[in-house]
Amino acid sequence: MKAYSAPTGLRPPPARAPARLRSTADLRSLQRLMTRALVRPLTARDGLQPLWIDGRPMADVAASFIKANSRLTAFERLQIYNRVYWYRLMSCFEDDNPGLRALLGERRFRDLARAYLARYPSRSFTLRNLCSRLPRFIREEPRWTEPRTAPALALARFAWAQTVAFDGEAHPVLTADDIADSPPARLRVGLQPYLSLLELDYAVDDFVIAVKKRDALRAEASNTVESSAKGSRRRHARPAARLRRGRIHLAVHRLDGVLYYKRLDRAELRILEALAAGSTVARAAAAGGRRVPPGRVRDWFASWMKFGWLCKHQKSK
Amino acid sequence: MPANRFNGQTDYGIGIGLRVPHYAHILEKKPVVDWFEIISENFMVDGGRPLRVLDRILEQYRVVQHGVSMYFGSADKPDRAHLRKLKALVRRTGTPWLSDHLCWGSVDGTYTHDLLPMPYTFAAARRTAEKIRQVRDYLEVPICVENVSSYAEFHVSEMTEWEFLGEVVERADCGILLDVNNIYVSSKNHDFNPYDYVDNLPHHRVGQMHVAGHTKFEKYLLDTHDHPVLDPVWKLYAHATRLCGVTATLLEWDDKIPSFDEVHDEALKANEFVDGARAGASRRSPARR
Repeated sequence: MKAYSAPTGLRPPPARAPARLRSTADLRSLQRLMTRALVRPLTARDGLQPLWIDGRPMADVAASFIKANSRLTAFERLQIYNRVYWYRLMSCFEDDNPGLRALLGERRFRDLARAYLARYPSRSFTLRNLCSRLPRFIREEPRWTEPRTAPALALARFAWAQTVAFDGEAHPVLTADDIADSPPARLRVGLQPYLSLLELDYAVDDFVIAVKKRDALRAEASNTVESSAKGSRRRHARPAARLRRGRIHLAVHRLDGVLYYKRLDRAELRILEALAAGSTVARAAAAGGRRVPPGRVRDWFASWMKFGWLCKHQKSK
Repeated sequence: MPANRFNGQTDYGIGIGLRVPHYAHILEKKPVVDWFEIISENFMVDGGRPLRVLDRILEQYRVVQHGVSMYFGSADKPDRAHLRKLKALVRRTGTPWLSDHLCWGSVDGTYTHDLLPMPYTFAAARRTAEKIRQVRDYLEVPICVENVSSYAEFHVSEMTEWEFLGEVVERADCGILLDVNNIYVSSKNHDFNPYDYVDNLPHHRVGQMHVAGHTKFEKYLLDTHDHPVLDPVWKLYAHATRLCGVTATLLEWDDKIPSFDEVHDEALKANEFVDGARAGASRRSPARR
């Protein structure tokens, strides 16, 4: 079994549990101790690790700050919280990453999830942000995804883009009136914060759509079996989800509250990236390359306006 | 205490939690519901569908915010960015009061996303009450703190859970969201009498109640919110209502969520006990007739 990296963001727990709790410092000390115990990965049998980080028996450490009762030892009581922590976070990780799960297979996917969550415990009050650092982790520790690190990274970036698109910030949409009197050589426009532009070497959008369809069919099939337990067990054909290699340019966005993926032309992506970087409209249009007819660029701008992707340029602080 | 300063002098009846599987039903059928409780964190976002749905709900229904991550009992100071987002939501919903849990769940900025039990000490009560006051002053809305279910107790504790709850709410001068299911679950896990807990609370501070289902395991009960409310919990609810008065009550059903009607019907069972409490109060106080 591969070793997990040390968690980031955690202060060292106290060497011993506080014997009394007389101050906020004592409270913090107790909370650091318990937090460190909870974020430690479960054993292969979903149990609390038998040894503490300094090598002492975990049963002794748990008993130093948690009371036993007539039915449960301190170790067992702490283990309830340790399990609840991991089950909750693993469930959230699975919900957010159906593509990665299909790519890696169940066992390797769960290994990746445990390694990531062990390395990067949540630093946000909301589980929405749980996987924000997953692309970074996959780059930092490719051993969990090898030899499929490149497609895994593409899927992790795509998954995070969907989270951003779902409930990310939206600025007021740019209108034709807003830009009517501005020459392209001086006009700067911004892109909506919820819009993500991705250039990837795998057709992640097709793959994830296929995976979701397959999973939906599986759910339907299991319902069919449950509802006709005495009847014939019908088997539904399951379409194989395959991740095709090939460069794609993708916008992940939302429209009327619904999440969308939109394939872009390469030049279109370059222009959008230039706008996002703060270029004037004229310079951004040039970033698309000389071969793109001006009429096509105008059509793209018209589409982006229609989708509400453009907003007023926000000067960087 | 139907209306008091801890629930914004409101007189709300039986509510249910606003949950994603019910969105379509609620928006299309517009069922009659006294009020919805929302999980604040689900709507502390910058845009998108969650806020669109919330705004449509707010056009039709009364909404009360319930949080799961303020962690009044954490040693950390309240997070300013978190508070700013929460205040924006408070303004959006117009929630007459706001509730969160008497627990901790984060330290040094790392979040466990769990409602962890407090060490029941005077120092912890002082710190917790101080944070509740800070949050209330910033949000400018009454706060009720909810007792959590728990599976562990600390050696350092100096009092019972209900004494700790009383100590905190008196120091913070805040309200109580009394979760009778949590009391029942903890009473089984820690071998105390749940009626002692309810009897010894500052009843005038109860601004809301929760009921929910739980799951029985071999050696402990787990607060799962995936069942109808069990009879002992309804009995405890009836007892609490007799002592605290008829107050805003909410059924929590967060996992294996059935149809909207099933959840709502289960919540409305509370009326049976509410009516009993009202009748009892009338018998005890003839002058109020």
